This record gives sequence, C-alpha cells and structure tokens, in this order.
Amino acid sequence: MNAPTQGLVRLPVWRARLMLAALVGAFALLAARSVYLQALKTDFLQEKGEERYSRVLEIPATRGRILDRNGEALAVSTPVKSIWAIPSDVELSAGQRAKLAALLAMSPAELERKLADRSRDFVYLKRQVAPDVAQAVEALGIKGLAQHEEYRRYYPGGEVTAHVVGFTGVDDAGQEGIELAHQDSLGGRPGSRRVIKDRLGRIVEDVGSIRAGQDGTDLTLSIDSKIQNLAFGALKTAVVHNRAKAGGVIVLDVRSGEILALANLPSFNPNNRTRLSGAQLRNRVITDLFEPGSTLKPFTIALALETGHATPSTLIPTAPGRLTIANYTIHDSHPAGALTVAQVIQKSSNVGAAKIALGLPREAMWDMFRRVGFGAAPQIGFPGAAGGKLRGYRSWHPIEQATMAYGHGISVSLLQLARAYTIFARDGELVPLTLVKTGAAAPGDKVLSTAAAREMRAMLELAVQPGGTGPKARIMGWRVAGKTGTAHKQENGAYAPDKYISSFVGFAPASAPRLVVAVMLDEPSAGEYYGGTVAAPVFAQIMQGALRLLEVPYDAPLEPLDAPGEAEEAKEST
Amino acid sequence: MAKLNLLLLAVLVACALGLVTSQNRSRRLFSDLEREQGRARELDVDYGRLQLEASTWGLHQRVEKIATGALGMRVPDPRRTRVVTPEPAR
Repeated sequence: MNAPTQGLVRLPVWRARLMLAALVGAFALLAARSVYLQALKTDFLQEKGEERYSRVLEIPATRGRILDRNGEALAVSTPVKSIWAIPSDVELSAGQRAKLAALLAMSPAELERKLADRSRDFVYLKRQVAPDVAQAVEALGIKGLAQHEEYRRYYPGGEVTAHVVGFTGVDDAGQEGIELAHQDSLGGRPGSRRVIKDRLGRIVEDVGSIRAGQDGTDLTLSIDSKIQNLAFGALKTAVVHNRAKAGGVIVLDVRSGEILALANLPSFNPNNRTRLSGAQLRNRVITDLFEPGSTLKPFTIALALETGHATPSTLIPTAPGRLTIANYTIHDSHPAGALTVAQVIQKSSNVGAAKIALGLPREAMWDMFRRVGFGAAPQIGFPGAAGGKLRGYRSWHPIEQATMAYGHGISVSLLQLARAYTIFARDGELVPLTLVKTGAAAPGDKVLSTAAAREMRAMLELAVQPGGTGPKARIMGWRVAGKTGTAHKQENGAYAPDKYISSFVGFAPASAPRLVVAVMLDEPSAGEYYGGTVAAPVFAQIMQGALRLLEVPYDAPLEPLDAPGEAEEAKEST
Repeated sequence: MAKLNLLLLAVLVACALGLVTSQNRSRRLFSDLEREQGRARELDVDYGRLQLEASTWGLHQRVEKIATGALGMRVPDPRRTRVVTPEPAR
C-alpha cells in the first residue's frame, strides 16, 4: 500500500470516474426510456398490442321484411356480393379479362374503363351480384379484386304492389312509399363489438359491445295481396280497353279503415328500375288531385237532408235542364221536368244538385266538405299524401257554390273520396285510414246524422238500379250502392271539351256495408267516357271478387241481373 | 418451513394450470357458440331467400294463369255456390 506494486501501473483517477459516469449515464438513459415507454407512450403501445389479437366487428342490421295482411312477403332483403377492385393492384391476362367481363355482364371496354384510373384506391366493378356469380369471380383468382357483402331488396309482388310498398336505394335506405315512410323501424341500427381472435381467425372471446345493433322490424301492411292483385288486374284490363292515360283504384275495409288494395297505372317493376318515368312512379290514388264531378253530389245533398232543407221526396224543378247563374250555364245531359231529391242522385242531375246547394248556407256546405276530410291531407303515414283544394267559403260566389255541389271547383284525391264515402257506409261516421294491419274495428268520427246517412244509402242504391247512372256496377248476390262521376278535365285553367275523368265510388253489401271501392280512369279515349260505362264495370268486378274472397254473406237473391238497355241507363255530364 | 413452501408451490402450479385449462375451455366454447350463431344467421338468410322463392312461385298472377289456362278452372257462378254459416261455438 505504501509503495506502488511492482509491475502495476497506477491508472489515472479520471478514467474510473469516466467509466462510472458512462455507466450511470447509460442507466439513466435506460430508465428514462422505460419511463417514456411505460408512462407516456403506454396507451399507444397497448393499443398496438391489442391490434395483434383484438378486432372490432361491424354487426350489420338486416332490413325488416314487409308483409301483406296474410303474412305473404312483399319486400325481402337478401345478401348479395359487391365486387370492387384496387385498380393499381389488378393484374389481368387477356383471357381473365374476357371471362371477368362476361361474368359481370359488361363489355371488356367498359371493364377497362373502370380499371383505368390507377390513382384511385377503390372502384366498384359491380354492385349487388348474385351469389353464384360472386363465387365464379372469386374462382378466377384475380389479384386486386375483392368482394364485400351487401343486402339487396327483392319485391316478389312486382308492379302489382309497386306503388304501395315503394323501394329502397342502393344503400338500402327507403326512397319511396312504405319503404320511405317506415324507414326508421324497417332500417334497424347497425352495431359493432370488440372481440379477441386466435391465430386461426376464430373468435375466442367477446370483450364487449361498442354499440348494440338492432335488426329492422318486420312490418305487416293492411294490403290483402289477393284483393290487390284482383284490383290491379281489373284496372289494367280497363285502362287498356278504354285506352286511358292512367287509372287508380282503392279498396277500403269499412269497419277498420284498413286499405285492402291500392293500385295505380301506369306502374313499374321495382326489381328493375332502369328508365323510370315520373308518371310511372306516381301513386295517383294518394298524391294526385282531380275534380271528382258527380261523385261529390251525395255530400251536399246529405247535408240538405240532415239540416231539413230537403227530404228524399222533395220535388226539385229542373226543367228545362239548364240553369244560368251570373253568365255561366249549368247543363243536364238528359233534361227532365221536376225530379225528387232521390232522383237527382239517381239520374245525376247537375241542375237539381245546384238548386239544392243554393238553398244551403255556404258556411254549412264548406263545413260539410271539411268534416268529410276534403282540403286537408289525410294522416295515413304515406309520403306525399295530397290534401286537395277547398277554398274558404267567404270567397265563394253563388256559381261556385252551385258547381261545387256536382264536384267542380274543388279537388280531391281518390283516397279522400273513398274515405269520405265511409260516412254513408257507417251511418255517418268518418273512419281514419291506415296502411298498416290493425285487424280491429276502428272508431269513427260522427260527421253526419244516422238518418241522413241511411237515406243517402238508399238513394245510392237506387243510382245503380236500372234507370240510374250506374247499373253496370251491380253484382249478383250482393246489394250495391254507389255513384258515378264523369268530369271534364281541366287544362290550362279551362275545361277541355273532350277529355274526361271517369270515376265510380260505391260500397257493398248495402244492407251492412263491408267494403268501399273507388275507381278512377284518366282520359278514357276509346269512345266511351261515362263513369257508368267505363268505371262502374271495374267496380263491379273488384267488388264481387273481394266480397267472395272475404266470404261476406249474400244479401240479395241470386238472380241474373237483367242487362239494362241503353234507354234505361241514364247518362250524365259531370 | 421448506415443506410448507413446497406445498404452496405445488398448489400454485395446480391453480395456474387449472386457470389455463378453464380459459382454454371457455374460449373453445365461445368459438363454438360463435359458429352456431353464424349458422343461425345463415339459416335466417336462407329462410328469407326461401320465403322470396315461395312468394315468387305463389304469385297470384301465376296461380291464376295456371288455374284458368293449364287446369281449365274458373270461378263458380254465385248461383252454384252455397254459403254455409258456421254454428256459433258453444
């Protein structure tokens, strides 16, 4: 210790100190790093670790089915594949290209065009292909091509139920009809959950749901597809036969207010919606307004009966079949002398209806129209339901009051008209309508006295007997009541002399009404245009079939209907 | 003291193995459940497809066409039908 040992060189002290400092420094560095990783970056690192085994799965929501009242499918979603590509990754041989193009039903040039833009990362080659096609594409084993699952909506009813059910867009969201109106309940809510997957990709643990998903709920409509089909078929035959521009029909259950059938023409196939025109898409029964003509007469006259201004046997002088108010003349197509109120309905006399209307206060008449639902959009949960035009009574001139009595100067939709007729079928009660199955009798609003409603029912039954305007509406086995309408169409603010809207609204069996059926044909142009000739037979066909399908007991003797001669059938001009 | 420690070690090892086994079992069962749920979904999809097919085959237009065309059926005359009202249930 005293003297340096032989052979050993005493090292300078700084070297030991340097080593110590270096070691301490290195430890400090490690400690700092570990603090950095453990304390500051820990979230990021844990996340990266979890990514190796945990996955977030999307839970797609299946869209609910739409069914008819008997459980028959009207709209069903089923999974299909969509094929997409990353253009810059795609390697195609000439043979593969031809095969792929053929499978996807497109020309090789079109395929080439889709793949041309190499800057894009994602290009749909074809959406919603059938499962077998998707499998064949997968079997080609082309690099850069991928598939993912989507839902496609199918409509087995095709054009028959097209307007009621509507359709969805490519993203499975409702665009028209019930599909749009009930989007929220049908659509459901997609969810997602976090799971742990093992080496083989199997899910081994559910870590927890991030968002609970919910499938769409099924919706049962009030539509009876048998009656719907019957109505559509009868309407189609009539539209073709009468060369009409369009047509509509609606069938209502009087007790529950359910719409059993609602058909429009022209229609479309919701499964193949290329080249659709607006005319095909319109649900005329609900969204289109027209001046109804004589089918409106019963409302004014029922008001006169209720308020005691007239009784069914009150005589109304209608000679000479003309009535001039201000500088406008109302005509009857078959002038008669004096008619009873019942005959005014039976023969559909414009002059008679106008005279009765002029004896009523305009406010009461306006109120009657409001009470039966005219001039206000009906609450039926359907997009675009029209309310119609009913001007305030303060601005009515006598001539307008007179023309409104026979359905001119006021516009309604066929749905409103059919609904308004429930007051005659239900002893004065107006029933709310629904497109969703309820299966139960619905309470109505009392808007007309029972006595007046029954008197009007008897008059409407008279109108379809020989001598009335609509004997072609009769059917064997059941008593029918109803009213014809033949209105001039309005064009550019004036009535076109040769364009008509023919209609018929009625109900049966008259002893205890079950159904209201309303038929409308737009511009029949094959010669005939009277509602009694054009629309009444359609009504009869639908009413007979529907009553038979619903097993409604007969209330009339089963005798063949005597064919009315031309002379017996009264014609009308509105 | 050493004996107790050895015993505790053995118990610990046994517990650890038990945990691993049960975890493994639970994961296997869960993956089975997952598979069955997948099958249930597939069957539901099949059901939808079959329902669609049934609706397509049973289209009223089609039934009517076959009934009136191929089978020569027609709607009976109301005079040849009889309505039977069921007696009210007692």
